[in-house]
Amino acid sequence: MNRIAIKMLVGDVAKYFGILLGITFAALLITQQSSIFTGLMSRTYAFIADTSLPDLWITDPEVKYIDELEPMQSTALDRVRGVPGVEWAVPMYKSILRGRLHNGTFRSVIVVGLDDATLIGGPPKMVEGELADLRRADGVILDVVSAKTRLASWSAYDADGKPVKGATMVPMQVGDSLQINDRRAVVVGLCEVSRTFQSQPVIYTTYSRALSYAPPERKQLSLILAAASPGTDPTELAARVTATTSLRARTSDEMCWDTVMYYVKNTGIVINFGIAVLLGFLVGIAIAGQTFYNFTLDNLRYFGALKAMGGSNLLLLRMVLLQATLAGVIGYGLGVGAASLFGMQVKGSELAFRMTWHIPAISGAAVAIICALSSIVSMIKVIRLEPAVVFRG
Amino acid sequence: MADTQRTAVHARGITKVFGKNQNAVHALRGADLEVPYGELVMLVGPSGCGKTTLISILAGILDRSDGSCEVLGVDPQHLRQGARTRWRGENIGFVFQQFNLIPALTAVENVAVPLLLLGHSRNKAIAAAEAQLDRVGLADKRRQRPTQLSGGQQQRVAIARALVHEPKFVVCDEPTSALDADNGQIVMSLFADIAVQGERALVVVTHDARIFHFADRIVRMDDGAVTDVRQQASDKTPKLHAHS
Repeated sequence: MNRIAIKMLVGDVAKYFGILLGITFAALLITQQSSIFTGLMSRTYAFIADTSLPDLWITDPEVKYIDELEPMQSTALDRVRGVPGVEWAVPMYKSILRGRLHNGTFRSVIVVGLDDATLIGGPPKMVEGELADLRRADGVILDVVSAKTRLASWSAYDADGKPVKGATMVPMQVGDSLQINDRRAVVVGLCEVSRTFQSQPVIYTTYSRALSYAPPERKQLSLILAAASPGTDPTELAARVTATTSLRARTSDEMCWDTVMYYVKNTGIVINFGIAVLLGFLVGIAIAGQTFYNFTLDNLRYFGALKAMGGSNLLLLRMVLLQATLAGVIGYGLGVGAASLFGMQVKGSELAFRMTWHIPAISGAAVAIICALSSIVSMIKVIRLEPAVVFRG
Repeated sequence: MADTQRTAVHARGITKVFGKNQNAVHALRGADLEVPYGELVMLVGPSGCGKTTLISILAGILDRSDGSCEVLGVDPQHLRQGARTRWRGENIGFVFQQFNLIPALTAVENVAVPLLLLGHSRNKAIAAAEAQLDRVGLADKRRQRPTQLSGGQQQRVAIARALVHEPKFVVCDEPTSALDADNGQIVMSLFADIAVQGERALVVVTHDARIFHFADRIVRMDDGAVTDVRQQASDKTPKLHAHS
């Protein structure tokens, strides 16, 4: 009878595609929107993920997340280095400063200052030049995507400073210069970094040079990166550093979560994406549920005939469930497949898209709920169906 | 006492009331019916007189309100739900006015359905269904879907489906009402040829006076009760119209 159930489902082509459309659309929307949400959220901690070497991120106690750093006194670094279990600790500067390109335009840039001696905390991958080139005079390293986009300039400008017709974009290259806070910076390398939530260009330089770019402040130490000595648990060390120095010490994972949760709590991003996901779920229920119910109604006389001819309620329920499951599995496959294709198409673009294994699982659960709700209504109809209905015209 | 050796259906004082109190509708008011094995009994009467309600009760798909009913030696109403469903599947054949063939299935698959419901293997069910289709003269239409068949052919498929599991009792609700006169005669002739056997009884609900001559017994009903039972020498030959 399973074969008959499937034939009944696919035999009604219009309704079959209607059901598939609803489920596919729901799976697509839920998967795609969740993946974009996850992509955006992972961009919030991209800088932490890119900086793989340190075990601990130590900040001022008032800091809530990586993009809003309250500077510390430079003596904080010595206090951290004095905590037992700290293998090494280095300073880092991180702030948004104003950069002026050679064509006169301004751009906000994220300036990251690395420890002069070790250059710990540098970019994950160099595309051109070497990290050590930062030791050259006025040296800075740009992220390659920004060098080709936001920091690029036109090949020719008119008298009003607007690009002339036919002008092409010229990426910023090694050897080019820009000004940060009126101080000269020379590009000595290009690197790859993960996109950040703000999508601003990232410029790496040495800690001391970064301080020279920064406006004068009493406190200028943004971060302390530290590593646990062998055999020391980073979580325990973080607690020890906090207890000893009164600074806020977090492991890399904790810092990532702090940042994600800050954005979750303080922006409407969850609500916005949640609404889109909910909409996909509701549309799925509305289209798939309604069409599946109509399909069952259209087939009610046949279910009645089967019941009269000796088909038990259990058998008919199994048939309905099989039909819903089959439509669900195919619709889910199409929806998640389409979302995956979308993800592959936008890979490397500005659009954030990250499909972790949780997302297809959540999408599958949502589709299962849609199918369950759709089939339950149909099942109730079939259970209540009097076999005598087959003799009523 | 009824001779249960020779009587397939023995119903006495069957009443059926739908609804309650002021909304109560008395569909049957003490109907009596005997259907011997090997006979084709026609239930005739005006619309709403209770014919379909009576065969629904006899086939075990509707509970009576009162009276006694023994079909093939058992009272279907005394069977539990599951046992009654199984009993229907094994013993009752159904022919419906609107055929109720599943549109997505081929003719042979439709005929095989009662055997599949009884748990037979697909191969065995399909083989039996093919043999049954051959008996109703539709061996060459086995792969056709219902929408590709004429009304008469669809009803012949429905007859094959009703008989494929060799039921002891067959109930037919207006089997010729959706057919033209000649197809009605052909379908009834088929019934008379292959359905009526010594170990089987048929009850046909009909308004169609042109097929009355196929009946061994005609039971007239009115207002929920049997008003007349007439035994007749049946003439199983179809009365086809001459076409110019």
